[in-house]
Amino acid sequence: MARRSGYWIGFFLVLGALGAAPLVLPEFWRRFVTEILIWGLLAMSSDILIGYTGVVSFGHSAFFGLGMYGAAFGLLRFRPNLWLALAFGLLAAATVAAFVAYFSTRLRDIYFSICTLVFSQIFYVIIFTWTEVTGGENGLVFRQPPLSVPGWQRAFTPATLHWFVLSIVTLTYLALRQVTRSPFGMVLQAIRENESRTMAIGYDVKRYKIVAVMLSGLCAGLAGILYAVQNRFVAPNFVFFDVSGEVVIFNVLGGMGTLVGPVLGAAVFFLLREGLSRYFTEYYLIPVGMIFMLTVIFLPQGLLGFLRRQLNQ
Amino acid sequence: MLAARDVHAFYGKSHILHGVSLEVRAGEVVGLLGRNGVGKSTTLKTIMGLVRPARGAIVFDGRDVTGVATHRLARLGLAWVPEDRRIFPSLSVWENLRTGLDRAGVGHAKRADLLEKVFRYFPLLAERRYQAGRTLSGGEQQMLAIARAMMLEPKIILLDEPTEGLMPRMVGQIREIIETLRQDGVAILLVEQSVPLTLAVSARVYIMEKGVVRHEAPAPALRADDAVIRRYLGV
Amino acid sequence: MIQLLNGLVNGMILALVASGLTLIFGIMDVVNFAHGELYMLGAYVGTTVLAAGGSFWLALGVASVTIFCLGAAIQLVTLRPLLGRDPLATILATFGLSLVLQNYALWQYGPVARKIQEPFTGHFRIFQLEYPWYRIIIAVLSAAIMLALWLFLKRATWGIWIRATAQDRTMAAAMGIPVPLVHTAVFSLGGAMAAASGVLYGPLVGVDQTLGPGIILRAFIVVVVGGMGNLGGSVLAAVFISLLESFASLWMSPAQAVIVSFVLLIVTLLFRPTGLFVPTPK
Repeated sequence: MARRSGYWIGFFLVLGALGAAPLVLPEFWRRFVTEILIWGLLAMSSDILIGYTGVVSFGHSAFFGLGMYGAAFGLLRFRPNLWLALAFGLLAAATVAAFVAYFSTRLRDIYFSICTLVFSQIFYVIIFTWTEVTGGENGLVFRQPPLSVPGWQRAFTPATLHWFVLSIVTLTYLALRQVTRSPFGMVLQAIRENESRTMAIGYDVKRYKIVAVMLSGLCAGLAGILYAVQNRFVAPNFVFFDVSGEVVIFNVLGGMGTLVGPVLGAAVFFLLREGLSRYFTEYYLIPVGMIFMLTVIFLPQGLLGFLRRQLNQ
Repeated sequence: MLAARDVHAFYGKSHILHGVSLEVRAGEVVGLLGRNGVGKSTTLKTIMGLVRPARGAIVFDGRDVTGVATHRLARLGLAWVPEDRRIFPSLSVWENLRTGLDRAGVGHAKRADLLEKVFRYFPLLAERRYQAGRTLSGGEQQMLAIARAMMLEPKIILLDEPTEGLMPRMVGQIREIIETLRQDGVAILLVEQSVPLTLAVSARVYIMEKGVVRHEAPAPALRADDAVIRRYLGV
Repeated sequence: MIQLLNGLVNGMILALVASGLTLIFGIMDVVNFAHGELYMLGAYVGTTVLAAGGSFWLALGVASVTIFCLGAAIQLVTLRPLLGRDPLATILATFGLSLVLQNYALWQYGPVARKIQEPFTGHFRIFQLEYPWYRIIIAVLSAAIMLALWLFLKRATWGIWIRATAQDRTMAAAMGIPVPLVHTAVFSLGGAMAAASGVLYGPLVGVDQTLGPGIILRAFIVVVVGGMGNLGGSVLAAVFISLLESFASLWMSPAQAVIVSFVLLIVTLLFRPTGLFVPTPK
């Protein structure tokens, strides 16, 4: 009981701090925090697969990117409406996720990873070369849709955008947390621990994995939509492998299988990038890569797992 | 020459060996009997450094070798012939033998000697020299496994259920081989299901139960009095 | 006709990279994400030797030896501590490694592509078309290196050790084979082969830090299509895929031609996950 109330106290403290962030932080850091939340959402979505189902997606950029392009398509071809963008983005991400899930979940381990990687590259090539629709290499630029509810609308300010992102990320987190604790989530974790045994007990492992990939892809798409809305443009390099790789880094740094860990991982990554860029300029990935490897070797539970163990002692 | 002292070992979380102690003297054939699952194979694996003992020590040639890497133990003169033979399936018979033969300190003369010897003991292997390991029959694989171990010029062979699944004719052959090895001065720690075979070839016998050695006796004594055998093995 | 030749030449280089990758997987169960970076660094070491006035062949040798040593160091520092952990950990570690190496190359050599001068500039005529001799040399040399590897695995003591370790690590150790050393050697050897391919292919593409990601995905495809850990299968798959891409580029842009091999991979994964060029297990 104490643990549980401790959790909620922590939850509201963090939520409060994040909510207050745009009121106290200067412009650069305000934007920084909003962006971390979006990348954190993407990382969290990937955690459903890495941390809970035990398969690594190296193709999360596809879902993220399709969310972005879906939103852009809705905004440019129809009307600049936030909810329309959301609907189009989610639809695009869901379609792609269903497609990828159908094929990739027949495979295990590294084959799954390679399959997701290859699919994301296929989508990258399509987006890169289908210039009429996607703008090709240059991507697409559009106006930011206003925050609207029927009968009321107002252009986004940095602060309202931040709160909008924060509320979506928080709601998604709570939903995913519920999912991971549900019987469905338990089956996923059983698959992670021992896939053959889970199958032997009589669970249709493939179906569970398909749903997991779709859920994960949908959340990743949501992150893509938020990113598109925040930055008012989409570009093919968000569909490229680099993004998928970073998502995996977030997970490992922060701690897989915790949902919040990957968000923490994203924050640490961007802080490291900010800090290290001063000394290493654009080569910051050299030290970051080393820190990543050290984490893999010495802190397999990630930062969050490490902190938890320290606190418990 | 080889001794296990109060060895405890785990597989994951299950405690398999609860303090096994046994000893094999140079050139001695020692039997290790017991029902299925009492830890006989695990004892051999622990001696071979494949399972790390949680407590206790393995002493070989007067030296504490607990925790020494398996490949070093093999070079020191410990050979292991596992229960399922574990022939390298895509290596030919000749290449299987070479895994033990190609090591420092084996000159041309010694190579020829060793090969001549195993081909004399196992003429069939000479015939099948270029055949892949997986194409051999069970009995041939068993012979190859023993021949391969002999390539290491071991001081002791840990022989795990050599007659399992073999035809009676083959069992006789295995028994002869054990005799021959003993005459060559190679010690053997033999794990077997066949009590008569074990009693026939061994000088001494240990009987294991639930991860510990319960009984130790010279083989002739057990041959004379089968009450002990009946009590521990139920035969 | 040109497509056929180009496909064969690219296929041999790809086979050389992929055979190192599949060797490492077969022996160590390690999927080496950093393999493309070893290939790229090999090419860079080659450019350095050439810049210092060395000959092309010296560059080839020095690059292979350097990456062999680098591979040993990498294996000892990052992969050996992970022995016995789940395969995910090694995938992640080599992925981290690829980031470090790729950005190291960017930092060390800058973003401008470097050129490796081919040792032969002659052409010959075939069906009214000029075709450079050097490409033929590449294919022949790659084939020679792979043949040497095959003979080494077949005949040499270390070759037998490597094969024994691949088939049964535990039994290999029990036969006195120094398994940890075999792992290090295999990783180094795979790296050296990647480096050699990098130098050989350098004159055709120019050397920059994106070489690694460019080839690794195709090498993965080759390794999976050929059957993980299967050397002969990898060679066949590499040639097959390169020919396919080469002919596909008649109808579409090279970027889109890559999709053909992607599709081939997915089809393979779905219907023959153990590899296209492997006999069906009974």
